[in-house]
Amino acid sequence: MNISMLITFAFLVAAILLAVRSGLGKKMSLEQWAVGGRGFGTVFVFLLLAGEFFTTFTFLGGSGMIYQVGSPAYYVLAYMTLAYVFSYYLLPPIWRYAKEHSIVSISDFFRSKYQSSSLGMLVSVVGIIASVPVVVLQLKGLGIIVSETSYGMISPILAVWIGTIAVTVYVMISGIHGAVWTAVIKDISIVLVVVFLGLYLPYHYYGGFQPMFEAVQAAKPAHLTLPEKGQSLSWVISTVLLTAVGFYMQPGLFAAALSAKSEKVFRRNTIVMPLYTLLLLFVFFVGYTAILQVPGLKGADGDLALLRLSLQTFDPWFIGVIGGVGLLTALVPTSVILLTIGTLFATNIYKPLTKTTNEVRVAKVAKLTVPVVAFIALYFVINGGNALYALLLMSFSLITQLFPALLLSLFPKNRINKYGASWGIIVGVSTVVYLTVTKTTLATLFPDLPQVVKDFNTGFIALILNIAVALLVTMATNKNLVQKDSITT
Amino acid sequence: MNRIHVLGLIPFIGMLGGMPFANKATPYVLGMPFLMFWIVLWVVLTSVVMAIINTIDPANQKEEI
Repeated sequence: MNISMLITFAFLVAAILLAVRSGLGKKMSLEQWAVGGRGFGTVFVFLLLAGEFFTTFTFLGGSGMIYQVGSPAYYVLAYMTLAYVFSYYLLPPIWRYAKEHSIVSISDFFRSKYQSSSLGMLVSVVGIIASVPVVVLQLKGLGIIVSETSYGMISPILAVWIGTIAVTVYVMISGIHGAVWTAVIKDISIVLVVVFLGLYLPYHYYGGFQPMFEAVQAAKPAHLTLPEKGQSLSWVISTVLLTAVGFYMQPGLFAAALSAKSEKVFRRNTIVMPLYTLLLLFVFFVGYTAILQVPGLKGADGDLALLRLSLQTFDPWFIGVIGGVGLLTALVPTSVILLTIGTLFATNIYKPLTKTTNEVRVAKVAKLTVPVVAFIALYFVINGGNALYALLLMSFSLITQLFPALLLSLFPKNRINKYGASWGIIVGVSTVVYLTVTKTTLATLFPDLPQVVKDFNTGFIALILNIAVALLVTMATNKNLVQKDSITT
Repeated sequence: MNRIHVLGLIPFIGMLGGMPFANKATPYVLGMPFLMFWIVLWVVLTSVVMAIINTIDPANQKEEI
Protein backbone atom coordinates (compact mmCIF):
# COMPACT_ATOMS: atom_id res chain seq x y z
CA MET A 1 0.00 0.00 0.00
CA ASN A 2 1.45 3.35 -1.04
CA ILE A 3 1.09 6.80 0.45
CA SER A 4 -1.55 8.07 -2.04
CA MET A 5 -3.79 5.09 -1.34
CA LEU A 6 -3.36 5.52 2.40
CA ILE A 7 -4.51 9.14 2.19
CA THR A 8 -7.45 8.31 -0.10
CA PHE A 9 -8.63 5.60 2.28
CA ALA A 10 -8.16 7.93 5.25
CA PHE A 11 -10.79 10.20 3.64
CA LEU A 12 -13.15 7.24 3.29
CA VAL A 13 -12.67 6.13 6.90
CA ALA A 14 -13.16 9.71 8.14
CA ALA A 15 -16.40 10.04 6.16
CA ILE A 16 -17.75 6.78 7.56
CA LEU A 17 -16.77 7.69 11.14
CA LEU A 18 -18.44 11.08 10.78
CA ALA A 19 -21.55 9.40 9.45
CA VAL A 20 -21.67 6.90 12.29
CA ARG A 21 -21.21 9.66 14.86
CA SER A 22 -23.97 11.88 13.45
CA GLY A 23 -26.31 8.92 13.31
CA LEU A 24 -25.65 7.76 16.89
CA GLY A 25 -28.19 8.49 19.58
CA LYS A 26 -30.94 9.18 17.07
CA LYS A 27 -33.77 6.72 16.72
CA MET A 28 -33.70 5.95 13.04
CA SER A 29 -37.25 5.90 11.78
CA LEU A 30 -37.69 6.10 8.02
CA GLU A 31 -38.22 9.82 8.26
CA GLN A 32 -35.09 10.37 10.37
CA TRP A 33 -33.07 8.22 8.03
CA ALA A 34 -34.30 9.79 4.79
CA VAL A 35 -35.07 13.43 5.45
CA GLY A 36 -33.45 13.99 8.82
CA GLY A 37 -36.89 14.40 10.38
CA ARG A 38 -37.19 17.57 8.25
CA GLY A 39 -34.96 19.31 10.77
CA PHE A 40 -32.47 20.86 8.37
CA GLY A 41 -32.16 24.60 7.98
CA THR A 42 -31.78 26.51 4.76
CA VAL A 43 -27.99 26.30 4.76
CA PHE A 44 -27.97 22.51 4.92
CA VAL A 45 -30.62 22.30 2.22
CA PHE A 46 -28.53 24.58 0.05
CA LEU A 47 -25.47 22.41 0.65
CA LEU A 48 -27.34 19.26 -0.27
CA LEU A 49 -28.63 20.92 -3.43
CA ALA A 50 -25.21 22.26 -4.34
CA GLY A 51 -23.72 18.90 -3.42
CA GLU A 52 -25.82 17.19 -6.03
CA PHE A 53 -24.19 18.99 -8.88
CA PHE A 54 -20.65 18.94 -7.54
CA THR A 55 -20.33 15.29 -8.19
CA THR A 56 -17.87 12.95 -9.79
CA PHE A 57 -19.37 14.21 -13.00
CA THR A 58 -18.05 17.70 -12.41
CA PHE A 59 -14.71 16.36 -11.36
CA LEU A 60 -13.95 13.63 -13.91
CA GLY A 61 -16.79 13.83 -16.43
CA GLY A 62 -16.43 17.56 -17.09
CA SER A 63 -12.72 17.34 -17.80
CA GLY A 64 -13.27 14.05 -19.64
CA MET A 65 -15.84 15.57 -21.97
CA ILE A 66 -13.54 18.52 -22.77
CA TYR A 67 -10.72 16.05 -23.45
CA GLN A 68 -12.89 13.85 -25.62
CA VAL A 69 -15.06 16.28 -27.61
CA GLY A 70 -14.13 19.81 -26.49
CA SER A 71 -16.61 22.69 -26.58
CA PRO A 72 -19.91 20.75 -26.51
CA ALA A 73 -19.09 20.29 -22.80
CA TYR A 74 -20.00 23.96 -22.26
CA TYR A 75 -23.61 22.82 -22.40
CA VAL A 76 -23.29 21.89 -18.72
CA LEU A 77 -22.59 25.51 -17.72
CA ALA A 78 -25.43 26.77 -19.92
CA TYR A 79 -28.08 24.32 -18.79
CA MET A 80 -27.40 24.73 -15.09
CA THR A 81 -27.58 28.51 -15.34
CA LEU A 82 -30.81 28.41 -17.34
CA ALA A 83 -32.30 25.75 -15.07
CA TYR A 84 -32.00 28.23 -12.18
CA VAL A 85 -33.64 30.98 -14.23
CA PHE A 86 -36.47 28.63 -15.09
CA SER A 87 -36.80 27.51 -11.47
CA TYR A 88 -37.65 31.08 -10.49
CA TYR A 89 -41.00 30.65 -12.21
CA LEU A 90 -41.47 26.90 -11.85
CA LEU A 91 -40.71 26.21 -8.19
CA PRO A 92 -42.92 28.70 -6.30
CA PRO A 93 -46.26 27.31 -7.58
CA ILE A 94 -45.04 23.75 -6.96
CA TRP A 95 -43.83 24.64 -3.48
CA ARG A 96 -47.13 26.38 -2.57
CA TYR A 97 -49.22 23.43 -3.72
CA ALA A 98 -46.93 20.97 -1.94
CA LYS A 99 -47.16 22.93 1.29
CA GLU A 100 -50.96 23.09 1.17
CA HIS A 101 -51.23 19.34 0.63
CA SER A 102 -48.17 18.30 2.73
CA ILE A 103 -46.43 16.68 -0.22
CA VAL A 104 -42.85 15.45 0.17
CA SER A 105 -41.95 13.83 -3.15
CA ILE A 106 -42.49 14.23 -6.88
CA SER A 107 -44.49 11.03 -6.85
CA ASP A 108 -46.92 12.40 -4.21
CA PHE A 109 -47.22 15.56 -6.26
CA PHE A 110 -48.48 13.71 -9.34
CA ARG A 111 -50.74 11.48 -7.27
CA SER A 112 -52.38 14.46 -5.64
CA LYS A 113 -52.63 16.65 -8.76
CA TYR A 114 -54.10 13.94 -10.95
CA GLN A 115 -55.96 12.08 -8.18
CA SER A 116 -54.41 8.80 -9.29
CA SER A 117 -52.25 6.55 -7.14
CA SER A 118 -51.22 4.46 -10.14
CA LEU A 119 -49.80 7.61 -11.79
CA GLY A 120 -47.92 8.29 -8.55
CA MET A 121 -46.46 4.81 -8.74
CA LEU A 122 -45.52 5.25 -12.40
CA VAL A 123 -43.69 8.47 -11.56
CA SER A 124 -41.74 6.65 -8.83
CA VAL A 125 -40.75 3.95 -11.29
CA VAL A 126 -39.58 6.55 -13.83
CA GLY A 127 -37.68 8.39 -11.09
CA ILE A 128 -35.94 5.20 -10.04
CA ILE A 129 -35.08 4.15 -13.60
CA ALA A 130 -33.71 7.61 -14.40
CA SER A 131 -31.59 7.59 -11.24
CA VAL A 132 -29.82 4.35 -12.11
CA PRO A 133 -27.58 5.89 -14.83
CA VAL A 134 -26.54 8.54 -12.31
CA VAL A 135 -25.60 5.91 -9.72
CA VAL A 136 -23.72 4.05 -12.46
CA LEU A 137 -21.91 7.28 -13.30
CA GLN A 138 -20.85 7.86 -9.69
CA LEU A 139 -19.72 4.28 -9.10
CA LYS A 140 -17.76 4.34 -12.32
CA GLY A 141 -16.09 7.55 -11.18
CA LEU A 142 -15.31 5.98 -7.80
CA GLY A 143 -13.72 3.00 -9.53
CA ILE A 144 -11.56 5.29 -11.67
CA ILE A 145 -10.43 7.24 -8.62
CA VAL A 146 -9.54 4.21 -6.52
CA SER A 147 -7.68 2.41 -9.29
CA GLU A 148 -5.80 5.49 -10.54
CA THR A 149 -4.70 6.70 -7.11
CA SER A 150 -3.42 3.21 -6.33
CA TYR A 151 -1.06 3.67 -9.32
CA GLY A 152 -2.69 0.68 -10.99
CA MET A 153 -2.21 -1.68 -8.03
CA ILE A 154 -5.96 -2.16 -7.75
CA SER A 155 -7.62 -3.18 -11.01
CA PRO A 156 -10.56 -1.02 -12.20
CA ILE A 157 -13.05 -3.87 -11.66
CA LEU A 158 -11.88 -4.55 -8.11
CA ALA A 159 -11.88 -0.79 -7.48
CA VAL A 160 -15.54 -0.53 -8.52
CA TRP A 161 -16.42 -3.38 -6.17
CA ILE A 162 -14.65 -1.65 -3.29
CA GLY A 163 -16.39 1.63 -4.14
CA THR A 164 -19.84 0.07 -4.34
CA ILE A 165 -19.47 -1.72 -1.03
CA ALA A 166 -18.16 1.46 0.63
CA VAL A 167 -21.11 3.54 -0.59
CA THR A 168 -23.65 0.91 0.41
CA VAL A 169 -22.26 0.51 3.91
CA TYR A 170 -22.06 4.27 4.27
CA VAL A 171 -25.71 4.86 3.28
CA MET A 172 -27.04 1.97 5.36
CA ILE A 173 -25.31 3.22 8.49
CA SER A 174 -25.86 6.92 8.21
CA GLY A 175 -28.84 7.91 6.12
CA ILE A 176 -29.01 11.58 5.29
CA HIS A 177 -27.26 12.75 8.48
CA GLY A 178 -23.99 11.40 7.16
CA ALA A 179 -24.61 12.98 3.76
CA VAL A 180 -25.09 16.46 5.16
CA TRP A 181 -21.94 16.49 7.26
CA THR A 182 -19.80 14.97 4.57
CA ALA A 183 -21.34 17.46 2.12
CA VAL A 184 -19.94 20.36 4.13
CA ILE A 185 -16.39 18.99 4.11
CA LYS A 186 -16.69 17.87 0.52
CA ASP A 187 -17.88 21.24 -0.79
CA ILE A 188 -15.05 23.15 0.82
CA SER A 189 -12.35 20.71 -0.24
CA ILE A 190 -13.59 20.27 -3.81
CA VAL A 191 -13.63 24.01 -4.39
CA LEU A 192 -10.05 24.31 -3.14
CA VAL A 193 -8.76 21.37 -5.19
CA VAL A 194 -10.59 22.28 -8.41
CA VAL A 195 -9.56 25.93 -8.34
CA PHE A 196 -5.97 24.99 -7.57
CA LEU A 197 -5.77 22.42 -10.39
CA GLY A 198 -7.50 24.73 -12.87
CA LEU A 199 -5.04 27.54 -12.19
CA TYR A 200 -1.85 25.58 -11.58
CA LEU A 201 -1.89 23.08 -14.44
CA PRO A 202 -2.29 25.55 -17.36
CA TYR A 203 0.41 27.80 -15.85
CA HIS A 204 2.72 24.89 -15.11
CA TYR A 205 2.58 23.47 -18.63
CA TYR A 206 1.94 26.53 -20.79
CA GLY A 207 2.58 29.61 -18.67
CA GLY A 208 -1.04 30.80 -18.86
CA PHE A 209 -4.54 30.24 -20.21
CA GLN A 210 -4.21 31.89 -23.58
CA PRO A 211 -0.97 30.07 -24.53
CA MET A 212 -2.66 26.82 -23.54
CA PHE A 213 -5.73 27.50 -25.68
CA GLU A 214 -3.51 28.59 -28.58
CA ALA A 215 -1.55 25.35 -28.37
CA VAL A 216 -4.80 23.37 -28.38
CA GLN A 217 -6.09 25.44 -31.28
CA ALA A 218 -2.95 24.70 -33.28
CA ALA A 219 -3.10 20.97 -32.62
CA LYS A 220 -6.85 20.33 -32.42
CA PRO A 221 -8.74 23.36 -33.78
CA ALA A 222 -12.11 21.60 -33.51
CA HIS A 223 -11.90 21.45 -29.70
CA LEU A 224 -12.52 25.17 -29.18
CA THR A 225 -15.73 25.54 -31.19
CA LEU A 226 -18.84 23.48 -31.82
CA PRO A 227 -18.59 21.01 -34.71
CA GLU A 228 -20.63 21.23 -37.94
CA LYS A 229 -22.48 18.01 -37.23
CA GLY A 230 -23.04 15.61 -34.36
CA GLN A 231 -22.73 17.59 -31.14
CA SER A 232 -23.28 20.76 -33.14
CA LEU A 233 -24.95 24.05 -32.35
CA SER A 234 -28.45 22.62 -32.62
CA TRP A 235 -27.45 19.66 -30.43
CA VAL A 236 -26.15 21.99 -27.72
CA ILE A 237 -29.17 24.29 -27.83
CA SER A 238 -31.72 21.47 -27.81
CA THR A 239 -29.84 19.61 -25.07
CA VAL A 240 -29.58 22.72 -22.92
CA LEU A 241 -33.32 23.38 -23.21
CA LEU A 242 -34.19 19.75 -22.52
CA THR A 243 -31.96 19.44 -19.46
CA ALA A 244 -32.80 22.89 -18.10
CA VAL A 245 -36.52 22.06 -17.86
CA GLY A 246 -35.81 18.52 -16.66
CA PHE A 247 -33.37 19.62 -13.93
CA TYR A 248 -35.84 19.83 -11.05
CA MET A 249 -37.71 16.70 -12.15
CA GLN A 250 -34.87 14.69 -10.57
CA PRO A 251 -36.54 13.17 -7.51
CA GLY A 252 -33.71 14.19 -5.16
CA LEU A 253 -33.64 17.82 -6.26
CA PHE A 254 -37.44 18.04 -6.32
CA ALA A 255 -37.62 16.81 -2.73
CA ALA A 256 -34.82 19.11 -1.62
CA ALA A 257 -36.61 22.09 -3.19
CA LEU A 258 -39.79 21.22 -1.30
CA SER A 259 -37.93 21.31 2.00
CA ALA A 260 -37.12 25.01 1.57
CA LYS A 261 -38.45 27.25 4.32
CA SER A 262 -40.20 29.69 2.00
CA GLU A 263 -40.58 30.24 -1.72
CA LYS A 264 -38.29 33.20 -1.37
CA VAL A 265 -35.36 30.87 -0.64
CA PHE A 266 -35.13 29.61 -4.20
CA ARG A 267 -35.88 33.02 -5.68
CA ARG A 268 -32.82 34.35 -3.87
CA ASN A 269 -30.77 31.28 -4.79
CA THR A 270 -31.18 32.08 -8.48
CA ILE A 271 -28.78 35.00 -8.05
CA VAL A 272 -25.92 33.02 -6.48
CA MET A 273 -26.29 29.58 -8.06
CA PRO A 274 -25.30 30.62 -11.64
CA LEU A 275 -22.04 32.06 -10.30
CA TYR A 276 -21.41 28.86 -8.37
CA THR A 277 -21.51 26.91 -11.65
CA LEU A 278 -18.52 28.91 -12.88
CA LEU A 279 -16.34 26.55 -10.82
CA LEU A 280 -16.81 24.16 -13.72
CA LEU A 281 -14.62 26.48 -15.72
CA PHE A 282 -11.59 25.36 -13.73
CA VAL A 283 -12.43 21.75 -14.49
CA PHE A 284 -12.60 22.67 -18.18
CA PHE A 285 -9.13 24.25 -17.95
CA VAL A 286 -7.77 20.99 -16.59
CA GLY A 287 -9.42 19.08 -19.45
CA TYR A 288 -7.88 21.40 -22.04
CA THR A 289 -4.43 21.12 -20.45
CA ALA A 290 -4.69 17.33 -20.56
CA ILE A 291 -5.43 17.18 -24.31
CA LEU A 292 -1.79 17.66 -25.33
CA GLN A 293 -0.08 16.59 -22.09
CA VAL A 294 -1.61 13.12 -21.67
CA PRO A 295 -2.58 12.27 -25.26
CA GLY A 296 -3.96 8.96 -26.41
CA LEU A 297 -6.88 8.32 -24.02
CA LYS A 298 -9.55 6.92 -26.32
CA GLY A 299 -13.33 7.12 -25.98
CA ALA A 300 -14.65 6.66 -22.43
CA ASP A 301 -11.05 6.64 -21.17
CA GLY A 302 -11.18 10.42 -21.55
CA ASP A 303 -12.67 10.39 -18.05
CA LEU A 304 -9.19 9.47 -16.77
CA ALA A 305 -7.74 12.75 -18.13
CA LEU A 306 -7.74 14.75 -14.89
CA LEU A 307 -6.18 12.00 -12.80
CA ARG A 308 -3.62 10.97 -15.42
CA LEU A 309 -2.47 14.57 -15.76
CA SER A 310 -2.26 14.90 -11.97
CA LEU A 311 -0.30 11.65 -11.73
CA GLN A 312 2.43 12.92 -14.01
CA THR A 313 2.52 16.34 -12.32
CA PHE A 314 2.30 15.87 -8.55
CA ASP A 315 3.85 13.87 -5.71
CA PRO A 316 2.00 10.78 -4.47
CA TRP A 317 0.74 12.44 -1.27
CA PHE A 318 -1.11 15.09 -3.27
CA ILE A 319 -2.56 12.42 -5.56
CA GLY A 320 -3.94 10.93 -2.36
CA VAL A 321 -5.61 14.23 -1.47
CA ILE A 322 -7.14 14.56 -4.95
CA GLY A 323 -8.30 10.97 -4.73
CA GLY A 324 -9.80 11.49 -1.28
CA VAL A 325 -11.70 14.60 -2.34
CA GLY A 326 -12.83 12.84 -5.50
CA LEU A 327 -14.06 9.98 -3.36
CA LEU A 328 -16.17 12.36 -1.27
CA THR A 329 -17.71 13.91 -4.40
CA ALA A 330 -18.92 10.46 -5.36
CA LEU A 331 -19.99 9.39 -1.88
CA VAL A 332 -22.32 12.28 -1.04
CA PRO A 333 -24.47 12.49 -4.19
CA THR A 334 -24.65 8.72 -4.49
CA SER A 335 -25.89 8.37 -0.94
CA VAL A 336 -28.52 11.09 -1.49
CA ILE A 337 -29.70 9.41 -4.69
CA LEU A 338 -29.76 5.94 -3.13
CA LEU A 339 -31.71 7.30 -0.17
CA THR A 340 -34.23 8.94 -2.49
CA ILE A 341 -34.64 5.73 -4.49
CA GLY A 342 -35.06 3.70 -1.30
CA THR A 343 -37.74 5.96 0.13
CA LEU A 344 -39.53 6.33 -3.22
CA PHE A 345 -39.70 2.58 -3.61
CA ALA A 346 -40.77 1.84 -0.04
CA THR A 347 -43.40 4.56 0.41
CA ASN A 348 -44.75 4.96 -3.11
CA ILE A 349 -44.53 1.47 -4.56
CA TYR A 350 -44.17 -1.11 -1.78
CA LYS A 351 -46.61 0.49 0.64
CA PRO A 352 -49.58 1.02 -1.73
CA LEU A 353 -49.06 -2.38 -3.39
CA THR A 354 -48.96 -4.39 -0.17
CA LYS A 355 -51.37 -2.03 1.65
CA THR A 356 -49.22 -2.42 4.75
CA THR A 357 -49.48 -0.02 7.65
CA ASN A 358 -46.41 -1.40 9.35
CA GLU A 359 -43.99 1.58 9.26
CA VAL A 360 -41.09 -0.50 10.60
CA ARG A 361 -41.36 -2.83 7.67
CA VAL A 362 -41.57 0.06 5.18
CA ALA A 363 -38.38 1.52 6.67
CA LYS A 364 -36.70 -1.88 6.37
CA VAL A 365 -37.71 -2.13 2.71
CA ALA A 366 -36.33 1.35 2.05
CA LYS A 367 -32.98 0.31 3.51
CA LEU A 368 -32.90 -3.00 1.65
CA THR A 369 -33.55 -1.21 -1.65
CA VAL A 370 -30.18 0.55 -1.31
CA PRO A 371 -27.88 -2.46 -1.80
CA VAL A 372 -30.18 -3.91 -4.46
CA VAL A 373 -30.01 -0.74 -6.57
CA ALA A 374 -26.28 -0.34 -5.88
CA PHE A 375 -25.54 -3.81 -7.20
CA ILE A 376 -27.81 -3.41 -10.23
CA ALA A 377 -25.81 -0.26 -10.99
CA LEU A 378 -22.57 -2.20 -10.41
CA TYR A 379 -23.66 -4.67 -13.09
CA PHE A 380 -24.03 -1.83 -15.60
CA VAL A 381 -20.69 -0.31 -14.57
CA ILE A 382 -18.89 -3.55 -15.33
CA ASN A 383 -20.82 -4.35 -18.51
CA GLY A 384 -21.34 -0.94 -20.11
CA GLY A 385 -18.70 1.16 -21.81
CA ASN A 386 -20.31 4.60 -21.82
CA ALA A 387 -18.46 7.79 -20.93
CA LEU A 388 -19.71 9.60 -17.82
CA TYR A 389 -21.36 12.41 -19.78
CA ALA A 390 -23.32 9.97 -21.95
CA LEU A 391 -24.85 8.46 -18.80
CA LEU A 392 -25.85 11.86 -17.46
CA LEU A 393 -27.52 12.76 -20.77
CA MET A 394 -29.51 9.53 -20.77
CA SER A 395 -30.77 10.11 -17.25
CA PHE A 396 -31.96 13.58 -18.20
CA SER A 397 -33.77 12.39 -21.35
CA LEU A 398 -35.67 9.94 -19.14
CA ILE A 399 -36.58 12.24 -16.28
CA THR A 400 -37.60 15.14 -18.55
CA GLN A 401 -40.52 12.98 -19.72
CA LEU A 402 -42.26 13.91 -16.45
CA PHE A 403 -42.09 17.59 -17.28
CA PRO A 404 -45.08 18.10 -19.67
CA ALA A 405 -47.59 16.49 -17.30
CA LEU A 406 -46.17 18.43 -14.35
CA LEU A 407 -46.22 21.78 -16.15
CA LEU A 408 -49.77 21.30 -17.46
CA SER A 409 -50.98 20.38 -13.98
CA LEU A 410 -49.86 23.77 -12.67
CA PHE A 411 -52.33 25.66 -14.85
CA PRO A 412 -55.78 26.44 -13.43
CA LYS A 413 -57.43 24.32 -16.13
CA ASN A 414 -55.41 21.20 -16.94
CA ARG A 415 -55.60 20.18 -20.59
CA ILE A 416 -54.80 16.52 -19.91
CA ASN A 417 -56.28 13.97 -17.50
CA LYS A 418 -54.63 11.13 -15.58
CA TYR A 419 -54.90 8.69 -18.47
CA GLY A 420 -53.28 11.16 -20.84
CA ALA A 421 -50.51 11.93 -18.36
CA SER A 422 -49.78 8.24 -17.69
CA TRP A 423 -49.71 7.14 -21.32
CA GLY A 424 -47.70 10.19 -22.35
CA ILE A 425 -45.04 9.37 -19.76
CA ILE A 426 -45.01 5.66 -20.68
CA VAL A 427 -44.62 6.42 -24.40
CA GLY A 428 -41.96 9.08 -23.75
CA VAL A 429 -39.85 6.87 -21.50
CA SER A 430 -40.17 3.84 -23.81
CA THR A 431 -39.06 6.01 -26.74
CA VAL A 432 -35.95 7.16 -24.88
CA VAL A 433 -35.06 3.60 -23.91
CA TYR A 434 -35.63 2.35 -27.46
CA LEU A 435 -33.60 5.16 -29.04
CA THR A 436 -30.76 4.68 -26.54
CA VAL A 437 -30.58 0.91 -26.84
CA THR A 438 -30.72 0.90 -30.65
CA LYS A 439 -28.53 4.03 -30.88
CA THR A 440 -31.11 5.64 -33.17
CA THR A 441 -30.96 9.38 -33.85
CA LEU A 442 -32.96 11.66 -36.13
CA ALA A 443 -30.05 11.36 -38.55
CA THR A 444 -30.43 7.59 -38.89
CA LEU A 445 -34.24 7.77 -39.02
CA PHE A 446 -34.50 10.53 -41.61
CA PRO A 447 -31.15 10.93 -43.40
CA ASP A 448 -32.62 13.56 -45.74
CA LEU A 449 -33.47 16.14 -43.09
CA PRO A 450 -31.31 19.26 -42.90
CA GLN A 451 -28.30 18.87 -40.55
CA VAL A 452 -29.74 21.41 -38.10
CA VAL A 453 -32.77 19.21 -37.44
CA LYS A 454 -30.82 15.93 -37.53
CA ASP A 455 -28.66 16.94 -34.58
CA PHE A 456 -31.57 17.65 -32.25
CA ASN A 457 -31.25 15.77 -28.97
CA THR A 458 -33.30 12.60 -29.29
CA GLY A 459 -34.97 13.36 -25.96
CA PHE A 460 -37.00 15.87 -27.97
CA ILE A 461 -38.54 13.18 -30.20
CA ALA A 462 -39.65 11.37 -27.05
CA LEU A 463 -40.98 14.62 -25.56
CA ILE A 464 -43.05 15.43 -28.66
CA LEU A 465 -44.50 11.90 -28.80
CA ASN A 466 -45.17 12.16 -25.07
CA ILE A 467 -47.20 15.36 -25.43
CA ALA A 468 -49.06 14.13 -28.53
CA VAL A 469 -50.08 10.87 -26.84
CA ALA A 470 -51.10 12.72 -23.67
CA LEU A 471 -53.42 15.02 -25.61
CA LEU A 472 -54.87 12.24 -27.80
CA VAL A 473 -55.54 9.87 -24.89
CA THR A 474 -57.13 12.71 -22.94
CA MET A 475 -59.46 13.48 -25.83
CA ALA A 476 -60.39 9.83 -26.29
CA THR A 477 -61.04 9.14 -22.61
CA ASN A 478 -62.94 12.38 -22.06
CA LYS A 479 -65.28 11.48 -24.92
CA ASN A 480 -65.90 8.08 -23.35
CA LEU A 481 -66.62 9.67 -20.01
CA VAL A 482 -69.08 12.08 -21.60
CA GLN A 483 -70.79 9.20 -23.39
CA LYS A 484 -71.02 7.20 -20.18
CA ASP A 485 -72.50 10.21 -18.45
CA SER A 486 -75.14 10.66 -21.12
CA ILE A 487 -76.07 6.98 -20.95
CA THR A 488 -76.48 6.99 -17.20
CA THR A 489 -78.50 10.20 -17.16
CA MET B 1 -46.06 40.12 -13.48
CA ASN B 2 -45.44 40.31 -17.22
CA ARG B 3 -42.33 42.39 -16.83
CA ILE B 4 -40.52 39.72 -14.81
CA HIS B 5 -41.47 37.02 -17.31
CA VAL B 6 -39.99 39.03 -20.19
CA LEU B 7 -36.81 39.67 -18.20
CA GLY B 8 -36.52 35.92 -17.53
CA LEU B 9 -36.28 35.29 -21.27
CA ILE B 10 -33.16 37.45 -21.62
CA PRO B 11 -30.68 34.80 -20.38
CA PHE B 12 -32.18 32.21 -22.76
CA ILE B 13 -32.01 34.57 -25.74
CA GLY B 14 -28.53 35.84 -24.87
CA MET B 15 -26.89 32.52 -24.08
CA LEU B 16 -28.56 30.28 -26.68
CA GLY B 17 -29.73 32.82 -29.29
CA GLY B 18 -26.28 34.39 -29.40
CA MET B 19 -24.45 31.08 -29.64
CA PRO B 20 -24.57 30.79 -33.48
CA PHE B 21 -22.70 34.12 -33.73
CA ALA B 22 -20.30 33.33 -30.88
CA ASN B 23 -19.27 29.92 -32.21
CA LYS B 24 -15.63 30.80 -32.95
CA ALA B 25 -12.27 30.46 -31.20
CA THR B 26 -10.99 34.00 -31.81
CA PRO B 27 -10.71 36.74 -30.65
CA TYR B 28 -9.49 35.60 -27.24
CA VAL B 29 -11.09 37.49 -24.36
CA LEU B 30 -9.55 37.31 -20.87
CA GLY B 31 -7.41 34.44 -22.16
CA MET B 32 -10.46 32.39 -23.14
CA PRO B 33 -11.60 31.36 -26.63
CA PHE B 34 -14.53 33.48 -27.76
CA LEU B 35 -17.23 30.79 -27.43
CA MET B 36 -16.16 29.97 -23.88
CA PHE B 37 -16.03 33.66 -23.00
CA TRP B 38 -19.54 34.15 -24.42
CA ILE B 39 -20.99 31.45 -22.16
CA VAL B 40 -19.13 32.73 -19.10
CA LEU B 41 -20.31 36.27 -19.87
CA TRP B 42 -23.91 35.11 -19.94
CA VAL B 43 -23.60 33.14 -16.73
CA VAL B 44 -22.50 36.36 -15.02
CA LEU B 45 -25.15 38.46 -16.80
CA THR B 46 -27.80 35.90 -15.82
CA SER B 47 -26.89 36.44 -12.19
CA VAL B 48 -27.30 40.20 -12.73
CA VAL B 49 -30.66 39.74 -14.48
CA MET B 50 -31.87 37.50 -11.65
CA ALA B 51 -30.81 40.13 -9.11
CA ILE B 52 -32.87 42.74 -10.98
CA ILE B 53 -35.87 40.40 -11.21
CA ASN B 54 -35.59 39.68 -7.49
CA THR B 55 -35.72 43.39 -6.66
CA ILE B 56 -38.67 44.31 -8.86
CA ASP B 57 -40.78 41.19 -8.37
CA PRO B 58 -43.83 42.22 -6.30
CA ALA B 59 -44.05 38.68 -4.87
CA ASN B 60 -40.75 39.21 -3.05
CA GLN B 61 -41.80 42.52 -1.55
CA LYS B 62 -45.05 41.07 -0.34
CA GLU B 63 -43.24 38.51 1.79
CA GLU B 64 -40.90 41.01 3.32
CA ILE B 65 -43.67 42.78 5.23
